[in-house]
Amino acid sequence: MTTSPQAQAGKPSLWARHKIFETNSILLILGILIVVSIGGLVEIAPLFYLRSTIEKVEGMRPYTPLELAGRAIYVREGCYNCHSQMIRPLRDEIERYGHFSLAAESMYDKPFQWGSKRTGPDLARVGGKYSDAWQLQHLNAPRSLVPQSIMPGYPFLATTELDVNRIAQEMRVNRMSGVPYTDEMIANAVTDLRAQVDPDHPQADAFQKRYPKAASRDFDGNPQRITEADAMIAYLQMLGTLVDFKQYDNKANLR
Amino acid sequence: MAAAQHFSMRGNETIGAGLCAAFGVLFLIIAGLTDHSGYAFHMVVMALACGLGFYAIVNWAARGETRHAPLEINGRPNYNDGPVRFATIAAMFWGIAGFTVGLVIALQLAFPALNFDLPWTNFGRLRPLHTSAVIFAFGGNVLLGTSFYVVQRTCQARLAGVLSPWFVVLGYNLFIVVAGTGYLLGITQGKEYAEPEWYADLFLTVVWVVYLLVFLATIWRRKEPHIYVANWFYLGFIVTIAVLHLGNNATIPVSLTSPKSYILWSGIQDAMFQWWYGHNAVGFFLTAGFLAIMYYFIPKRAERPVYSYRLSIIHFWALIFLYIWAGPHHLHYTALPDWAQTLGMTFSIMLWMPSWGGMINGLMTLSGAWDKLRTDPVLRMMVVSVAFYGMSTFEGPLMSIKAVNSLSHYTDWTIGHVHSGALGWVGYVSFGAIYCLVPWLWKRERLYSNRLVEWHFWISTIGIVFYISAMWVSGIMQGLMWRAYTSLGFLEYSFVETVAAMHPYYVIRAFGGGLFLLGALLMAYNLWMTVRAVAPRAEAVPANLQHVPAE
Repeated sequence: MTTSPQAQAGKPSLWARHKIFETNSILLILGILIVVSIGGLVEIAPLFYLRSTIEKVEGMRPYTPLELAGRAIYVREGCYNCHSQMIRPLRDEIERYGHFSLAAESMYDKPFQWGSKRTGPDLARVGGKYSDAWQLQHLNAPRSLVPQSIMPGYPFLATTELDVNRIAQEMRVNRMSGVPYTDEMIANAVTDLRAQVDPDHPQADAFQKRYPKAASRDFDGNPQRITEADAMIAYLQMLGTLVDFKQYDNKANLR
Repeated sequence: MAAAQHFSMRGNETIGAGLCAAFGVLFLIIAGLTDHSGYAFHMVVMALACGLGFYAIVNWAARGETRHAPLEINGRPNYNDGPVRFATIAAMFWGIAGFTVGLVIALQLAFPALNFDLPWTNFGRLRPLHTSAVIFAFGGNVLLGTSFYVVQRTCQARLAGVLSPWFVVLGYNLFIVVAGTGYLLGITQGKEYAEPEWYADLFLTVVWVVYLLVFLATIWRRKEPHIYVANWFYLGFIVTIAVLHLGNNATIPVSLTSPKSYILWSGIQDAMFQWWYGHNAVGFFLTAGFLAIMYYFIPKRAERPVYSYRLSIIHFWALIFLYIWAGPHHLHYTALPDWAQTLGMTFSIMLWMPSWGGMINGLMTLSGAWDKLRTDPVLRMMVVSVAFYGMSTFEGPLMSIKAVNSLSHYTDWTIGHVHSGALGWVGYVSFGAIYCLVPWLWKRERLYSNRLVEWHFWISTIGIVFYISAMWVSGIMQGLMWRAYTSLGFLEYSFVETVAAMHPYYVIRAFGGGLFLLGALLMAYNLWMTVRAVAPRAEAVPANLQHVPAE
């Protein structure tokens, strides 16, 4: 056994200094708090102020009330457990799914739905890939279209009336934490929701002005009712369609 | 009045009963106001719990002076093991429930008709039920129970508080019920491992603060000047989980009458918060907490001191410092900036060192007692858990390397990795601790049957091997199929072809999971019979003299 110089000089060794934590619970807790804070602060805080974190793009807008309601159903049913919404910049993924996902594309997503597992395919750019009728049939009975699919069926979406009672309040809460909904958008939330499933709606033009390029049609093929399937399909059909990649300058946003 | 002499409520009892009454009424009012049936159901459940709490406190107070529990009897600490016993039973119950749901969803992936196309039974709602049931319900009750047991023994002091330890264990399990039924009813935040909605989160925050206070106040009663190493890890776990919980659940409720809320963070920042939380739920809930179990139960069972005091100091500080950084490895090649991904990968690789330092400290504690592995299947289970810990903490850094991750991410390899840690490490160290605890808590001289423990050990070990090897093969295969090209330069497989190729492995995985569940059922039977049929321990005999070492 060798003795350290400090110990010889009568000073406590480094190991003995640890006694202060072992004998004082408050210091131990403070030590833990400091030690576990560092990594999180370094990794999270800069994401809020580094300008390069979110790319500059054309075309991003907040979700329409109907899309927001559809997104809530997507979250409620736990779609994120099997479907990612994050295309990685790898050759096969870009060929399979399209342009890799940008941070800007999920800037209004609360919560983010990037996912962690692809039991089913990525959905980041599923919008416009299939017809509404295909989406409806696929939600109702996935194996009637894709025999080898292992997705659960969601026939109850097309038969459940969409709950629109709190949609304006939900938009207001989104705005409180940074989603740029205007007063006008919130005031017209329910009207806009109805206008999106009915292109002949008297407010259809005003809706289009508020949400440029939003698709407006009866998504579930049942004009009598606004169902959860309407909202879900409206959401699926807009996924990945907002950013105009013809205008997008990849090089300007290299990080 | 004779009754008044006995019935006097003390300050804390009055506050407890008052809070129960006030919140019970509030929950009933909200239940009446809301138009969301699932939320109304939750409010009624919570109001009922408040009612029961009120009744229990008043009843308790009515016992008058007999409700005093002395801190010491004959100079020895009078341990409070009621909450520990409750948490132990709850752990076993939730464990079996969680493993069963896991088996169900494994079968759903192999045979999708089992989703029944109903809202309450589809994979998307059941999978969070499985993860929460095994991590927070099973694992959480193991942590609550063992921490309350260990802190009393290592401090030689009775658990602080009278009502509060019960509030912690009962409140925590109420949270579990609200969270789990919520998923089935479609109430979720949609953040992995943080699915419970705002009101459940708020309630958990209260429970957790009381948990920290009970734990700390017990430490303050200690007779030894030094705080034992297991308690450092428990404290690290409790404090850090509080921080993570608050950061990742910073939401604004839509209204008091709606179960739904929206998180303050969006998109990329939310992703970083989520995996800072998610990976450290692994690091602090499933690792630091269970390392505390390792540091108490393995030395106790092996009757050897911890191998190295200095290694445990390094292990503790290095582990908690490095773990926090590892989150971004869940976001490799995503829209998260490269600098953050690189930090996540670098620290994940460094994390290998303290992880193995801890493993070595646990395994080498067996020095001079290795022969006990032949005769004590409980000790063997805990030692194998540490070996699994070593394996999965080697695999984790490997998978955090970006090149490896580009193949493994989004595939079943991740699922296999998680389960080698979850079934092998967390599961086995918990089983070992519970096998120790039940005879100690119910004062039995031994377990009902060591042979059944042997059966449990081998059946579930074979189950784990089936499970993780099926997931390795399916994960790596699917990853390779996604990136396979034909000689003409086209993608070789459509997505659904890669799904179809998974079928045999999903069946094998379900079989492995079924074996693991079977093992847990044997365990529950063994524990039940230990309490029912084994003779009580004579007081003077130390707890673990029942094993005859092989000579």
